[in-house]
Amino acid sequence: MKKQEIMVLEDLLGSNKKIAGDIRRKLSEKGILAINLLSSPGAGKTSLLEKLSEVLSPGYRMAVIEGDIETERDAERIRAKGIQAWQISTGGACHLDAKMVGKVFSEIPSDLDFLFIENVGNLVCPASFDLGESLRCVLLSIPEGDDKPKKYPKAFFTSNALIISKTDLLDKMPFNVDRAVQEGLDINPKLEVFEISSVEGTGIREFVDYLIKNLKKLRRSNA
Amino acid sequence: MHELSLITNLFEIMEQKAKEKNSKKITYVKLKVGVLSGAVPELLETAFDIYKKETLASDAVLEIEKVPLKLKCKDCGSLTIKDDLVFNCGTCGSTNLETLDGTDLYLEKMELEIE
Repeated sequence: MKKQEIMVLEDLLGSNKKIAGDIRRKLSEKGILAINLLSSPGAGKTSLLEKLSEVLSPGYRMAVIEGDIETERDAERIRAKGIQAWQISTGGACHLDAKMVGKVFSEIPSDLDFLFIENVGNLVCPASFDLGESLRCVLLSIPEGDDKPKKYPKAFFTSNALIISKTDLLDKMPFNVDRAVQEGLDINPKLEVFEISSVEGTGIREFVDYLIKNLKKLRRSNA
Repeated sequence: MHELSLITNLFEIMEQKAKEKNSKKITYVKLKVGVLSGAVPELLETAFDIYKKETLASDAVLEIEKVPLKLKCKDCGSLTIKDDLVFNCGTCGSTNLETLDGTDLYLEKMELEIE
């Protein structure tokens, strides 16, 4: 019996990255823009999607993959808006991974414009898992406090857009928007910033314009 | 706590490598963990100890090397290497940076017993 040391140099997320890469390529070929929504629980991801379904229709077609540890509740809320939704129950896992998204992939219609993936509410673990999205958007809601970006840097470091949500609560809570935005930009200067209220509808138009701009960019790069 | 999923992936890779070498026993495993990998070394150790029971690596020693964040400044060109999370160039303070290292988590090497 002898011992032998072998060099491996393999990424522990290599298999996830490979599946995510396949998903991204297939979606891109179909001209579908996929958006991975990240946030802590209760930051308003589902409410934003409900609002987007009103604003995007009838000009654009969207669908939603919902990730939660348990229940079909979020998918039911989205379906109530007439939007196709798939619920992935992770059964305890704190994040979605590309393999889970891959399982519903065959059911996704080819004529979609936007595929939203609402991740499990968690500002930590989902940040490490590429799902094959084109855009990653992190929501930070007013009740959470303006000091979160530097406490949970990876979610902000890996995102394309920062959405400050529930701005209708700004007059009730001590949240400094400038501080939150500056912390986000310190971590990732490329972040596009949006301030929205799904209750009042403010800022939704700007975010929709951003989505449409990126959809056009994706389709131009296919042409 | 997604470290258990990461360790599950680690064992898939390790068992595959051991099979290629016809080895029945893994004695040493070295991981490199970037400070911005999103994984916590202590939790990886705990997950490894839970998972390794009744596997080829049941007696394996796990070593974890933390990989600092390595940033190249796109403005002044200098390198910043830090063990903690910084998002500014150490020389000029710019945030216009390219990340060269410190975000990954990988199995660097392992030691096997071979017949």
